[in-house]
Amino acid sequence: MSEYNRVVIPIGPQHPSLKEPGCFTVTLEGEKIVDVVLGIGYNHRGIEKACESRNYTQIIYLLERVCGICSHSHTTVFCQGVEELAGVEIPRRAAYIRVIVAELERLHSHLLWLGVAAHEIGFDTMFMYAWRDREAVLDILAAVGGNRVNYGINTIGGVRRDIDDSLRQDIVKMLDALADQVKYYQELALTETTLAARLAGIGKLSGEDALKYGAVGPVIRAAGIDFDIRAVDPYAAYGEIPFKVITDTHADVFGRTVVRILEMLESIEIIRFCLKNMPDGDIVTKAPRRIPAGEVISRVEAPRGEDTHYIRSNGTERPDRVRVRAPSEANWHAMRHMLLGQYLADAPITIAAIDPCFSCTDRAIVVNSGRETEVMDWPQLRQYSIDWYKKRGIDVAAIKMPERRMYF
Amino acid sequence: MIIGLLKIIVFPGFIFLTVYGLLFEYLDRKVHARLQNRMGPPWYQPLADFLKLIGKETIIPADANKTIFQILPVVSLAAVAAAFVYVPVFGKASIASFQGDLIVVLYFLSIPTMCLFLAGWYSRSVYSTLGSVRTLTQMFAYEVPLFMALLAPALIAKTWSITGMTAFYAEHPLYILINIPAFIVALIAGQGKLERVPFDTPEAETEIVAGPLVEYSGRLLALFRVAIDCELVMVASLVSAIFLPFMTGHAVLDFILYLVKTVAVLLFLALMRSVMARLRVEQMVNFCWRYLTPIAILQIIINLLVRGGLGL
Repeated sequence: MSEYNRVVIPIGPQHPSLKEPGCFTVTLEGEKIVDVVLGIGYNHRGIEKACESRNYTQIIYLLERVCGICSHSHTTVFCQGVEELAGVEIPRRAAYIRVIVAELERLHSHLLWLGVAAHEIGFDTMFMYAWRDREAVLDILAAVGGNRVNYGINTIGGVRRDIDDSLRQDIVKMLDALADQVKYYQELALTETTLAARLAGIGKLSGEDALKYGAVGPVIRAAGIDFDIRAVDPYAAYGEIPFKVITDTHADVFGRTVVRILEMLESIEIIRFCLKNMPDGDIVTKAPRRIPAGEVISRVEAPRGEDTHYIRSNGTERPDRVRVRAPSEANWHAMRHMLLGQYLADAPITIAAIDPCFSCTDRAIVVNSGRETEVMDWPQLRQYSIDWYKKRGIDVAAIKMPERRMYF
Repeated sequence: MIIGLLKIIVFPGFIFLTVYGLLFEYLDRKVHARLQNRMGPPWYQPLADFLKLIGKETIIPADANKTIFQILPVVSLAAVAAAFVYVPVFGKASIASFQGDLIVVLYFLSIPTMCLFLAGWYSRSVYSTLGSVRTLTQMFAYEVPLFMALLAPALIAKTWSITGMTAFYAEHPLYILINIPAFIVALIAGQGKLERVPFDTPEAETEIVAGPLVEYSGRLLALFRVAIDCELVMVASLVSAIFLPFMTGHAVLDFILYLVKTVAVLLFLALMRSVMARLRVEQMVNFCWRYLTPIAILQIIINLLVRGGLGL
């Protein structure tokens, strides 16, 4: 087919298959994708900059809100880094609680993904089932931390809430019920024909390409590479916990589905082990308010993959720089490679298969258009806007505002 | 004359069709929801949706052809209502019937699909254009097995009229067993005709938003929605008239039986919609030509042999 037959379809920024704004400008020949332009930048919130004007304790609350799903991962990785800078060792019980919450978070994130993925391929029944089961995990997380998504567990030097005996029993009960459900999904994914027909061979990313593009998490593990921060660089209590790193050799969306489902079963085992072997003792140690100068790179395995934070401290209460590299950002680069040559019908599930989180990924983008730029201060900017309107015949100074009643 | 008109307009014609269509939408949604472990909507939800849409502003895209854009939902609804006249609902006979009305009904049923295609095409939006192309592609896939599956029973009944076929099979209920493969083909192809999961590629929400209907709003969308509901009733009635022609001879009892049969067909369609994922358009075409069409052809051969063998 020639260029004449090409159709450009925008998937986004507002589109039913995207839960957050992002723009995929897809060029089609018939139903085949021949070109993709990825656009992000609709959701930039300036969190990294905001971190520089807050003290370390305040930053935890801010970073908890980087991502609605891996909120615990972002605070864990940050606290870990700051603890390393300050030379603080957290109590073992705190490390176990961090692991338990992290694995609960992985469970609810993977269940959420399973639902979204099922919805992308029009399998709404599985979507509803997966989200129903996710509710049970969210209830437990609410019981642990008081909130459904931002649990507020971590603090520098340990954790803020303990897990007592009655809560422990609740968690065990929930896990038993959930394990059955997850096994059912495993069977469903492996045997249901329409599901396999829609997932197998889609969004291929070989191990070699995955390494080249720097993919992380389930995406790279589905390509047969056992890269899991929990195993390669154990943090919190992972060094003491026996667990398997799940890999798969399909290297496609089907493989990513299998990896995520098996990881859920593994997470359940990890939580069971932690609850059984949790040591007694304190849950927090005292950490200094001023963190010694230095820099650190800290990383954890978030549900979506490796989450990295870089922290530079200058010896005061506030950090010099905090850099957040969320897992979606690492997986983003392989997206174009995965989409090219596919059918349009497979684009939503291919995009969803990396479990993209747009708000974690968004960066401020500087568009260098080659025009001259200048920096203005506030009064100059005000004058500029007044002149801009005057040029168009509107005299801002002449506009009478209605008199406002002051309430203070 | 007046009774005839009343039959066409009120019962068992147009008004019954729309009311039953809205009820069908409710049942479909409710069953779908219960299968998904959800509560589902209350019984008046489809009517409430319809009334709400009627009250909303109708926006017509600047690039669209205004006349065609407005006329299509009406044509689509009219075609379904016209087809419904030939299906027996109350008692043994339909409102009107003649030799060959089966063919006419099948063509009437193609009109809503064509309207959907034109609606998407004239909306001048990329999503709707893509949806229309898919609608048409899909139509070429399911139309052939659907037609063959519905025509095969006619070979044994030796009549091309739906009323005649129903009467024949009501007298010889055992012949229905021969038509079971065609029944299954008709149900699956019917699902394709109605563009429901797993054959809902034309309106695949996560890919092309709403397909052909993406630019429709307000009253026009409400009409299209009713037409789609009525099409659901129509397909269920047609399939149950041809493949489940159990009759008692008593008009009211037969009507109740009609409701039971159509609801049974609907339940099957709703079940199919709940347990499957959406196929890609080329998977759908493959499936129809590779499995449904050969089964339908086989059914025709079997029916010809039966007809010859029994000396009917």
